[in-house]
Amino acid sequence: MAIFPKPSLKLGKNLKKRDMPEGLWQKCPECGEVIHQLELSRNLKVCPKCDHHFTFSAAERIQSLLDPDTFQEFDAELASVDVLNFKGVATYRDRLKSYQAKTGLRDAVITGFGSIEGHRSGLAVMDFNFLAATMGSVVGEKITRLIERSTADRRAVVIVSASGGARMYEGMLSLMQMAKTSGALARHAEARLPYLSVLTHPTTAGVMASYASLGDLILAEPKCMVGFAGPRVIRETTHQELPPGFQTAEFLKEHGFIDLIVHRRDLRSTLARLLDYLGA
Amino acid sequence: MKPAPLDFEKPILELEKQLEELRKHSKLQAIDLEREVKSMEAKIESTRREIYQNLSAWQRIQIARHTARPFALDYLREAFTEFVELHGDRLFGDDQAMPAGFARLGQYRCVVLAHQKGRDTKENIRRNFGSAHPEGYRKALRLMRLAEKFQLPVVTLIDTPGAYPGVGAEERHISESIAVNLREMMQLRTAIVAVVIGEGGSGGALGIGVADRVLMLENAYYSVISPEGCAAILWKHRSHAPEAAEALKLTAFDLKQLGIIDAVIPEPTGGAHHDPLQTALNLRAAVLAQLDVLTKKKVSVLLEERYEKFRQMGRVLEPGMG
Ligand SMILES: [Zn+2]
Repeated sequence: MAIFPKPSLKLGKNLKKRDMPEGLWQKCPECGEVIHQLELSRNLKVCPKCDHHFTFSAAERIQSLLDPDTFQEFDAELASVDVLNFKGVATYRDRLKSYQAKTGLRDAVITGFGSIEGHRSGLAVMDFNFLAATMGSVVGEKITRLIERSTADRRAVVIVSASGGARMYEGMLSLMQMAKTSGALARHAEARLPYLSVLTHPTTAGVMASYASLGDLILAEPKCMVGFAGPRVIRETTHQELPPGFQTAEFLKEHGFIDLIVHRRDLRSTLARLLDYLGA
Repeated sequence: MKPAPLDFEKPILELEKQLEELRKHSKLQAIDLEREVKSMEAKIESTRREIYQNLSAWQRIQIARHTARPFALDYLREAFTEFVELHGDRLFGDDQAMPAGFARLGQYRCVVLAHQKGRDTKENIRRNFGSAHPEGYRKALRLMRLAEKFQLPVVTLIDTPGAYPGVGAEERHISESIAVNLREMMQLRTAIVAVVIGEGGSGGALGIGVADRVLMLENAYYSVISPEGCAAILWKHRSHAPEAAEALKLTAFDLKQLGIIDAVIPEPTGGAHHDPLQTALNLRAAVLAQLDVLTKKKVSVLLEERYEKFRQMGRVLEPGMG
């Protein structure tokens, strides 16, 4: 087991240079405001003008949620294997390599124990920048181990999800991670321990149809896209007009699925308060 | 009536037509063509063997999707007895894409859950092409709880292109209905056997697919994504589905090798639709053999083994572990 008591989680380490000259400025896709990267980072990657929530890396999320120096990472060395020897237009090996280089991550989730305003919990954070945070064996295994450790240590689990679904490149091994993680959550629940699921933009498909939907409480960031099938697939299959706001957090809250929609800046205090109510 | 031939079966049909011509000719002209007929028959046999023993993943998918392939209710008629269909999820409605109820298999009184496709357009509309809504998964869960309460084994027959991607399904939380089934099936205190009889479409299949034993018919497929969907994303066009099918390792034999399923149930030459009754007998024997073993196990052992079975799935590279 690899434990790194003090991981280097520097903000802004992986800032992307996309769109703006020298990567210093970023345009809000919602309101068009041009924001300096530093200001955006200081504001937890939320547009200061319209509250649009930009993609947040796992490292940024962990830093924003945990008390300083309390993160103990697990299984950081776990890496994906190209079991199927998958060859498409690009091979799985090449995809992994390029995303590892691009993000500095080994795969799409970071897991460990850490304290949220003093509540020591198991925390898993998915990183959408890594292959759309799809779930293959590594994501499934790390999350399962985290849940199992949390059960053994009698700790709450908090999973911050974002995902394009199960990872095609690992075929059925990916699909089976849905069963595996859900099984671990069943045992965690049997031990009467709380599990809080936080949905962020976007959380879909296989991850939605497993652990992301199984929280004792389900939270979501404002306006994030949440769903099983993508809107394009739904439109093509059904030829139906999609209702306004379809598959947003707000839409799902209205349809009875989400307990709370929480602004990024309030997530830490909200989680702490809920964990407190649940005795964790 | 012979089932409609698939593209790759056409060489056999062509030879069969030639054989017929030969026989007609021989009769009409009163010539002895016995030798030619014999040699043609041998050629047909070797061509059949050549084709059916080397089926590609994509060809198996064509068989799995054949409109004449036996569906769940056919097995409930031929392999099981006394099926009593039970309806509704007690929440919203009764999903006709997922019939369920009691049925006997040999000495066992079972709860059976199944995906059901339609043979024609009218029935397909009623069955939603075998794509269940949340109500289907919730009806399945209700009946699994019933099975647990009365200690009846559960048998599921999987045959779906996937859970339904529609507005209503999303509004009523199809993801949640599947996720809850995964969690609950993981700890359901009775034996579960799942059989993929045709299409094992991703989460929609897995939603009734967590089991002590997972079996697959020889030409069924089970995949994380449809080959067409995978091709559209990775090859940028659906026409590359045959390559995607190969890459995804979705056939029964591939999945047995990967440890995803426990056993492959043989189909008659050419696929289940060439002899539905024989296929039903094969399925019956295979499920019975599993029930004989599973129903003798203590529930605690069953649950421990079920957890471990799925716990082992996945391959990761772990430094220090070689
Ligand atoms: Zn904005």
